[in-house]
Amino acid sequence: MDDLYREVIIEHYKNPSYRGKLDPHDISFADNNPLCGDHIQVDLRVGEDGVVSEARFDGHGCAISQASADLLMESIIGKPIEEVKQLNKQDVLDLLGIDLGPVRLKCALLSLKVLKAGVYGLGEASDSLVE
Amino acid sequence: MTLNIEQIRKDFPILERETKLGTRVVYLDSTATSQKPLAVIEAMNAFYRCSNANIHRGVHTLAEEATAMYEGARERIAKFINAASPRQVIYTRNTTESINLVAYSWARANLKAGDLVILTEMEHHSNLVPWHMLQAERGIELEFIPVTEDGLLDLDMYRTLLTRGPKLVSFTHMSNVLGTINPAAEIIRLAHEAGAVTLVDAAQSVPHLPVDVQALDADFLAFSAHKMCGPTGIGALYGKAELLEAMPPFLGGGDMIREVKLRSFRPNSLPHKFEAGTPAIAEAVGFGVAVGYLSQLGMDAVAAHEREITEYALERLEEIPGVKVFGPSADRKGGVAAFTLAGVHPHDVAQILDQDGIAIRAGHHCAQPLHEKFNISATSRASFYIYSTTDEVDLLVNGIYKVKEMFG
Repeated sequence: MDDLYREVIIEHYKNPSYRGKLDPHDISFADNNPLCGDHIQVDLRVGEDGVVSEARFDGHGCAISQASADLLMESIIGKPIEEVKQLNKQDVLDLLGIDLGPVRLKCALLSLKVLKAGVYGLGEASDSLVE
Repeated sequence: MTLNIEQIRKDFPILERETKLGTRVVYLDSTATSQKPLAVIEAMNAFYRCSNANIHRGVHTLAEEATAMYEGARERIAKFINAASPRQVIYTRNTTESINLVAYSWARANLKAGDLVILTEMEHHSNLVPWHMLQAERGIELEFIPVTEDGLLDLDMYRTLLTRGPKLVSFTHMSNVLGTINPAAEIIRLAHEAGAVTLVDAAQSVPHLPVDVQALDADFLAFSAHKMCGPTGIGALYGKAELLEAMPPFLGGGDMIREVKLRSFRPNSLPHKFEAGTPAIAEAVGFGVAVGYLSQLGMDAVAAHEREITEYALERLEEIPGVKVFGPSADRKGGVAAFTLAGVHPHDVAQILDQDGIAIRAGHHCAQPLHEKFNISATSRASFYIYSTTDEVDLLVNGIYKVKEMFG
């Protein structure tokens, strides 16, 4: 448990640095985790050079889902959008620094699924985006 | 008569299961599925070891024995809910399938575009989605009896809806989130006065309260074995004989027929008309033993124990700062306590409690619209059954304090 609720996770959950919305934005997408109803929206600004200049998330959910969203936003600012497209499950787990069972993995990966669905311009944040 | 909980706990081998900490598991998730007593586990085991064969039409000893056990279980289940005849008890996979059977067979034969079906705002998805599907297909109309702030059905609004001449009123006997025990007999009486047929989702009531289908005057009543000490994979639909007789079959196949020609068939009589294909035979045997087990305890005693433990749990939970329990007071609800803890997501509550071997459920409990009504996305839910103790409630409360400390 001390692992799962590492201080960094609780900290990012309680005091997220990248919570909010961007207006205007270049990319915006939102979806739910059908298992628990957690909801995440991701807004991005992308420069002409194709690099993410701003990223914000909004929504509600458990500590794992919200902390991973905050960490993910932090990690993609300054990254080329082409690199963001390549992010997968392991990248999020590395950010969190924990191992997760199949149920909580869904919580952790929600923000990445939403991000990638937005970047690819898809209608739905499906599991296949992060595997 | 009061239950001897210590004795009952000895009947459930899983309650001996050790957690990572070497303590006994604290199982507070019986509303999702109950644990199974040894009698049920052994009866199913014995069936496969000694009596297994396919039922009906077999003349050999094993087939006759299996058929007798399968039909004997039906008789016990019929008696348990006081059905007039076992042929009014249809085996299904679970409550969900029972409701779908009514939606596919009775409703498709009896409802047309514009016909009104009344549901409630506290329904589980299993009593919402089949009607959504029928609405898309047939253009029926749906209305919902509202839920009040304290988690009760607004019966005045119900009376108003009834003036619109509904064809069907389908409602949960006991909410799986709020725990509210709805006044089923009154809801049914009013529906009948308005000329509507009634379907009771009794998934949570039959396991926990004495339910008498004749006293309720229910037209249809659906429940699952696995929430009442029985196995998964089997449930039942009770129906009034004249309704079931008039309904077209549900699934087609073996066992549901009287006669099959290359281009036609004649359906079998009740209850077999609705039981196509090889059914869950060992599960039926387990189901029969489960109702026997509960009958022996006495459903009045079961309900009394749950009321007592729920009262205690609500009192202890409500004393925790930041905890909000949903639903009515203990005298109007079954053994369910759905709650939120300020500032902590229910998933996190459940996960941290799990580390101490305490099993509760977190999420929307397949009742998303009800959560929306209360403006929350999820709750944590502790639920109680015949083997639950006040000591377990204390462990839950201590666990919640620990969660608060972590998120402090």
